[in-house]
Amino acid sequence: MTKLSKSDVKRLADLARLRLTDSELEQFSGEFSNILEYVEQLKDADTDGLKPTYQVNGLSTVTRADELVDYGASQKALLKNVPKVRDDQIEVKRVLG
Amino acid sequence: MSWGAIAELAADVNAGKSTATENVKKALKAIKDKAGFKAIIATLEKRALERAKEVDDTVKSGKNAGRLAGVPFIAKDNFLVFGADTTAASNILKGFEAPYQATAIEKLEAEGAICVAKANLDAFAHGSSTENSDFFTTLNPHDKTRVPGGSSGGSAAAVMLDMAPFALGTDTGGSVRLPASFCGAVGYKPTYGLVSRYGVVAMASSTDVIGPITKTVVDSALVLDVMAGRDDFDGTTIEREVDYNLQKTDLKGRKIGVVREYMSEGLDPGVKKVTLKAIETLKELGAEVVEVSLPSLPLALAIYYIVCPAEVSSNLARYDGQRFGHTSKNAKNLDDSFAMTRTEGFGVEAKRRIMIGTYVLSSGYYDAYYKKAALVRTKLINEFNDAFNQVDFLVGPTSPITAFKIGEKVADPLQMYLIDIMTVAANLTGNPAISLPAGLSGELPVGLQLIGAIGQDKSLLEAARCFEGACK
Repeated sequence: MTKLSKSDVKRLADLARLRLTDSELEQFSGEFSNILEYVEQLKDADTDGLKPTYQVNGLSTVTRADELVDYGASQKALLKNVPKVRDDQIEVKRVLG
Repeated sequence: MSWGAIAELAADVNAGKSTATENVKKALKAIKDKAGFKAIIATLEKRALERAKEVDDTVKSGKNAGRLAGVPFIAKDNFLVFGADTTAASNILKGFEAPYQATAIEKLEAEGAICVAKANLDAFAHGSSTENSDFFTTLNPHDKTRVPGGSSGGSAAAVMLDMAPFALGTDTGGSVRLPASFCGAVGYKPTYGLVSRYGVVAMASSTDVIGPITKTVVDSALVLDVMAGRDDFDGTTIEREVDYNLQKTDLKGRKIGVVREYMSEGLDPGVKKVTLKAIETLKELGAEVVEVSLPSLPLALAIYYIVCPAEVSSNLARYDGQRFGHTSKNAKNLDDSFAMTRTEGFGVEAKRRIMIGTYVLSSGYYDAYYKKAALVRTKLINEFNDAFNQVDFLVGPTSPITAFKIGEKVADPLQMYLIDIMTVAANLTGNPAISLPAGLSGELPVGLQLIGAIGQDKSLLEAARCFEGACK
């Protein structure tokens, strides 16, 4: 069975932009090993000749006319939730340097 | 204090026998009186009373105010509703004001319904007990030491506490049906795509559906009738049936399959007893009952706990602290801001699912986990299709156990996941399913689950109503 070490969990946390304490890494490492052991029972299922299902009602890439749609959300209402706004734009921390 | 049938409530408001304002005040009073059960995150008192006045003014002017005129309802706090924050019971969305409304809410309001409160849930709908709420745990109306089920636990408890005649939930792996079962309510999960999810906080997009929690099947059918149908704002929505006016009053000519895998090991004896009695009732109503086997069913939970975290990890990637929601005050650069915001804002279960999802989608593991789960999902769907070529409905318990004690399962996430073992399959296949109060085991409610064929929601609700009628 798959065991996830603390350093494996650390790598996952980094990929997912999460920072974990040492005791959290320890806890998740044990839990994830249990959960993966449980889901690994799928390995034995015979799926030869089957196609994977990612969406159940058969719809794919539903499109609409390329026209302006009013979603009923004003710029003001959207910007109200933004942590930092300058001149009606979203301000983020500098990316370079 | 009970509300009675929703259609009658609305008819009384339209006829001037009662008012929307009286109904809203009654709901707000019940919410206040029963605050100790912690079913509610926020009330929309001001907006609800304003809307009630609009409905009453419409009636006074001689117009019909809609099929849900003046009917109060409660939305799970992952629906975007004007007038209150939408938190999904998570710290990362604390203070988030809906800039637009969910289609489901718009449709209900267009028929005169009034949202009075937002109900508690497991944060981001991740859980089976509301214990994963970042704010507090809801108490079961039948026993305050027990959980109400989850994740729509606040919605189910609120309905059973008569805070409103109906509540909305979301069902990704059983989150409407399980709490309905634990609380003794009717919990209905429509066919995948039947109700628009626009304006609902996404969890696992290939299985998420919206469903009503009510006291009766007819009430659920009415709420569905108002909400169902295609929506340009949700590309996964499908065509609806013409109407959901339930006609059939018996089960003559209907074939029902008892799912062997649902009746086997791990079933609580009290739950089994109630389920067997319910199956006898279905026979008395005229149904032909046969045993059906779905060999891949025991794998459904394993499929779900790959597919769901994978989709969760994608859907929760948007919470980065830049455009909305919590943002870390201590970050020095952009990458810091992402990581610190997410670390501070997400609870332990969200972190758990994000990381499992990241793992099963990552290079080198994708085929072994995510793709394999998608293949076994096809196998399960094929078995469901075969079963529905033989029978009209499948039946079994909603949950192998009744409501458990608060705290009993929090230490072991896998044990918590196993609670969903009987509900997740219908999410993976897209079939409609309903949990109906079937009796008690000791003092606690037991839910019976009926599963219908895809797109046959009306027929499922009709069968459900027949069963409900026979239980009274």
